[in-house]
Amino acid sequence: MQTVKRVISIIVQNEAQVLARVSGLFAGRGYNIESLTVAAIPGSNMSHMTIVTQGSKRVIEQIIKQLHKLIPVYKVIEHDSMVEKEMVLVKLPIDKDTNIANIQSLFEAYNGGIVNASKNVIIAMAADESMRINHCIEAAKNFKPIEIVRSGVVAMER
Amino acid sequence: MKISGAQMVCEAINAEGVKYVFGYPGGAIMNVYDEIYKQNGFKHILTRHEQAAVHAADAYARVSGEVGVAMVTSGPGFTNAVTGLATAYTDSTPLVVISGQVPVSLIGTDGFQEVDAVGISRSCTKHNYLVKDINDLPRILKEAFYIARSGRPGPVLIDIPKDITSEIAEFNYPESVDIPTYKPSYKGNNRQIKKAAEAILEAKKPLLYIGGGAVLSNASDVIREFAEVTGIPAVETLMARGVMGDSNPLQIGMPGMHGSYASNMAMSESDLIISLGARFDDRVTGKLSEFAKYADIIHIDIDPANIGKIVDVDYPIVGDVKIVTQKLLDKLRDTVKPKRYEVWRDLLKRYDEIHPLGFEDSDEVIKPQWVIKRLGELVGENATVTSDVGQHQMWAAQFFPFSRPRQWVNSGGLGTMGFGLPAALGAKMANPEKTVINVTGDGSILMNIQELVTAAENGIAVINVMLNNHFLGMVRQWQTFFYEKRYAETDLSYQPNWKMLVEACGGVGYDVTTKEEFDVALKDAIAQNKVAFINVAVDRFENVLPMVPAGGALFNMMLEYKER
Repeated sequence: MQTVKRVISIIVQNEAQVLARVSGLFAGRGYNIESLTVAAIPGSNMSHMTIVTQGSKRVIEQIIKQLHKLIPVYKVIEHDSMVEKEMVLVKLPIDKDTNIANIQSLFEAYNGGIVNASKNVIIAMAADESMRINHCIEAAKNFKPIEIVRSGVVAMER
Repeated sequence: MKISGAQMVCEAINAEGVKYVFGYPGGAIMNVYDEIYKQNGFKHILTRHEQAAVHAADAYARVSGEVGVAMVTSGPGFTNAVTGLATAYTDSTPLVVISGQVPVSLIGTDGFQEVDAVGISRSCTKHNYLVKDINDLPRILKEAFYIARSGRPGPVLIDIPKDITSEIAEFNYPESVDIPTYKPSYKGNNRQIKKAAEAILEAKKPLLYIGGGAVLSNASDVIREFAEVTGIPAVETLMARGVMGDSNPLQIGMPGMHGSYASNMAMSESDLIISLGARFDDRVTGKLSEFAKYADIIHIDIDPANIGKIVDVDYPIVGDVKIVTQKLLDKLRDTVKPKRYEVWRDLLKRYDEIHPLGFEDSDEVIKPQWVIKRLGELVGENATVTSDVGQHQMWAAQFFPFSRPRQWVNSGGLGTMGFGLPAALGAKMANPEKTVINVTGDGSILMNIQELVTAAENGIAVINVMLNNHFLGMVRQWQTFFYEKRYAETDLSYQPNWKMLVEACGGVGYDVTTKEEFDVALKDAIAQNKVAFINVAVDRFENVLPMVPAGGALFNMMLEYKER
């Protein structure tokens, strides 16, 4: 069966064990997690989780129904039309010959820039759609990155 | 009113109207047991193993329809209870299990008898709680009972650290619960129900496929009426035996791996399957691509996740089986023409005549099926039947003439050997008027044999009928069929002296080798009114038939096995 990629937002009670319940559900039933982000929703006792997953249509449907069954889950949104962003931090080596302006303009093209600099390294950031983050990382490889950290996706229905 | 956490637990159990708690004390739960000692509400039954406590509470719930309660200590007490939780979870039994835990300050330090109970039980409970603040305890107790019994029922674990049970706090047991994230829907979508009713009127070969959900929602009466008014025949899964009543001419039989020929042909040839609280288990469907190929499917289930999980559904209806079936019936009462399905009913009757459920009786050796049939003749309607897991379980499901729901208690989903005897205790406590028969095998029974002591101590008169083939019979059957008779570790020829064993525990035992002896033993066991054990020597190599080999199509049944 054909697999599709889906971004799912889950609104949950902000309480102990809730992340374990959600991730345990994926592990126990053999569902795939590509990325997972979670943070409290300001001014409420709820948290917002964004999970990127893939599976057949039936599997995606099961994931959503099984998530609904968890007692602390308030809402599950299978995104259709959404704004999706992901962040990446890239640590790059520099010396006196490095053309920092090139790095700066690369990351600016992906809604970011240089966020930290020291004598031997700088840290650049980009915030964009997952596919564009892939492109950005690809291009950044020219600068021989020391470390790359991706955040996972956050999404919001339009 | 300020009381201790331990008192709160007892107060809540009594407020919920619980009559019996099954359990086993230990260090971390001692404060609660001290309060149990002091109170005059519920009665505590001391089993001899925590697994048995949970099974007993489970069966109590299944027979009474109320929430069962079990209590265990931390660490090994809890881990012993896990099989019980998983059994109840798979069969959707409403259960509240309370476990002790090490004090809050010790959690995470690998303390004595510490284990991560909520972590371990997360995937085999409907919900679970670790109580970290005494002020949460009254709400959690109330929620646990509510969650256990509402929606699709299931077990709920409350793990309570020892210091919480000794702490004192204000106690007001809530009258209602408010869980904004948990709102089961019962009513069913009226538009969907209307469409389903239209589909039923259009169909030529409709079939009721009744599952355990029909028992859980107490839908038996309305389903019987539905079948009678519409003239639609029915099959009952292992979990639903008794819903239609076997004397009902519309009840075709049990479908699935060991289902009857007529039932499996009914599923295979139907053009509209009306699933009432069944979940298309792999033991029912057989090979999915061949399953019910000609049928549209109406799936009524309180758990939306069951709908569309295994098969594509044409008419999904999320709701309580009883309520939705009643609505469907109201829509059809004046429009349905039972005559329309007469050809279909006759066809199924014909199938049953061609290959009825049966067995070849013998004068030399007792056939296990004969024992079940004879049990039905001798105790029938007046019995509650529990079972362990294996061949005897299938024979009991096939040959006992069930007449009402909640008469049959077995571990259908998880298939837990050792379930039968503790379940019999719970079943007897729930309905003492009935003769309780545990149909068991020489494999399963030893997995919770210690409960003979519990039964004897408390005067719980249950009758174990053991079909003794000196084999782990169901596995032996598969070895015969599929493993060229290599009987790896299934020969149970070495056995205890069963009569002495049960009598050493305070019960009464019988060794039976002839049909006459069986009748005498059963009648005597009923008259003795104490825990009894009838060891029936049966044909060692009898097989459960028909059989759909695992992964095979439902209509390809093995109807006989000749060579031996």
